[in-house]
Amino acid sequence: MSGRTAGRLSSWALVLAAGAGVAVLVLPIVALLLATPWGDLPALVGDPAVLQALRLSLGTATVATTVSLLVGVPLAWVLAHDDLRGVRLLRALVTVPLVLPPVVGGVALLLLLGRRGLLGGTLHAWTGLSVPFTSVAVVLAQVFVSLPFLVLAVEGALRGADRRRALAAQTLGASPGYVLRRVTLPAVAPGVAAGAALCFTRALGEFGATVTFAGSFPGTTRTMPLAVYQAMDTAPEQAVAMSVLLLALSMTVLVALRGRWLGGLPGTGGRPAGRAR
Amino acid sequence: MTGRAPALTAALTMTLLGVTVALGGCAPTGTARAGDDPERVEDRLVVLAAASLTDVVADLAERATADHPGLRVETTFGSSATLAAQVLAGAPADVLLTASDDTMLTVTDALGGEPVVVATNHLQLAVPAGNPGGVTSLADLADPDLTVALCAPQVPCGAVAADVLARAGVVAAPDTLERDVRAVLTRLTLDEADAGLVYRTDVRAADGAVEGIEVPQAADVATEHPALVVPGAPHPAAAAAFVTLLTGPDGRRAFAAAGFGPP
Repeated sequence: MSGRTAGRLSSWALVLAAGAGVAVLVLPIVALLLATPWGDLPALVGDPAVLQALRLSLGTATVATTVSLLVGVPLAWVLAHDDLRGVRLLRALVTVPLVLPPVVGGVALLLLLGRRGLLGGTLHAWTGLSVPFTSVAVVLAQVFVSLPFLVLAVEGALRGADRRRALAAQTLGASPGYVLRRVTLPAVAPGVAAGAALCFTRALGEFGATVTFAGSFPGTTRTMPLAVYQAMDTAPEQAVAMSVLLLALSMTVLVALRGRWLGGLPGTGGRPAGRAR
Repeated sequence: MTGRAPALTAALTMTLLGVTVALGGCAPTGTARAGDDPERVEDRLVVLAAASLTDVVADLAERATADHPGLRVETTFGSSATLAAQVLAGAPADVLLTASDDTMLTVTDALGGEPVVVATNHLQLAVPAGNPGGVTSLADLADPDLTVALCAPQVPCGAVAADVLARAGVVAAPDTLERDVRAVLTRLTLDEADAGLVYRTDVRAADGAVEGIEVPQAADVATEHPALVVPGAPHPAAAAAFVTLLTGPDGRRAFAAAGFGPP
């Protein structure tokens, strides 16, 4: 066998393997779209139970993204400072929920905030309040799984930003808070927006932690993914219609991510953060 | 819409199963060398059973394996509706045990076969050990201050619960509607819910973590557990032998010990 033939064979093998990869990712979506009862779609999606789940999903995911922004941007700012002690350990801890099965996150949240939980027990004993089975539990589950996405995206943007500008501002007498607000944050805004978009879609799709920690009740805790799971047993067409709706929502966010106004994330195929404007 | 629904479930399940079979296809599967003699069963037997039958069926599967060293019994537990959909989709299952006649009917209507009732069961009002919510009757399920877990009305235990509550004239105020009865039981064993409706046998299975309160209306709505040798089962001889074990004296004893009523 000549070297050229071997080279051609190996590139064919690469193309075949890549094709298999594409098939694994794309064919399920194709099957979903083929199974979609397009004619009945408006009626299926317009069902009050679906709209209720959709409202709950959009509402909780929005709150979860807002909470993630409020705590995640400062956290990313801390992580971007390698000179601080313990930052590497901190980053490892923040990444754990990213690699943890969400259902394990749900169990952990229950052990912390359940009625018999580490903190939840005290909360229940003192105030009579309990977190599981409430929309608050849904938001907490969503923050737990989606916050790392935002933190890592913003941290990447902060590292990509030109530090010299911040240093220049500091030299000119600006306080650290002023530098963060007026120099650093505007420079990384596209990265923050992309991180928030990723965080939102992840929160929208949250299932395992939610069903374990928050339960499933229409209007309070049964978000779209839980409604899809429930409908699979009894009304599969409804489940397919809701899946298509979730697909459309996620695609919208993806298109926005690719678009100029968000700048894109390093590694998502968008433009590098900070070069959007 | 309902006409297309089972077909769609079937198609979806088929796709999932296709992957499973492709992955599991590497291992050689058992060959039916048993003939008609249940004593010489040498096979791989796939048993799908409703979540509420988990412990007793797992026990009996172990017993069957002990009695027939060549036999390998693989059990899968889940919601009856899901299991029935898998069978309709052509899952290579030998025996199906459901928590309701209705679910079994969806299978026998499509595939035929003669289900046998192997046990009966009924719901109990269940509370965590020590009864922290001070629950005494079905009427307490309507108390908005108590955390109440029920099965979703779409699954058998939820349908029975709805029937029981209707008979008692109680409009329950549940905080979560779970997908199967074991999920309700878990909420109670973890003391996250004050009360729920689970099968008598689930209370027994919780081994002291949950207390059961007998409710007259619940005892009136008995649930039958039918078993079916799936028509076209890959291992019909072993499947028939297993159903015989379920209905025989050993099976009766095991079901009774777990708290089931006789068929």
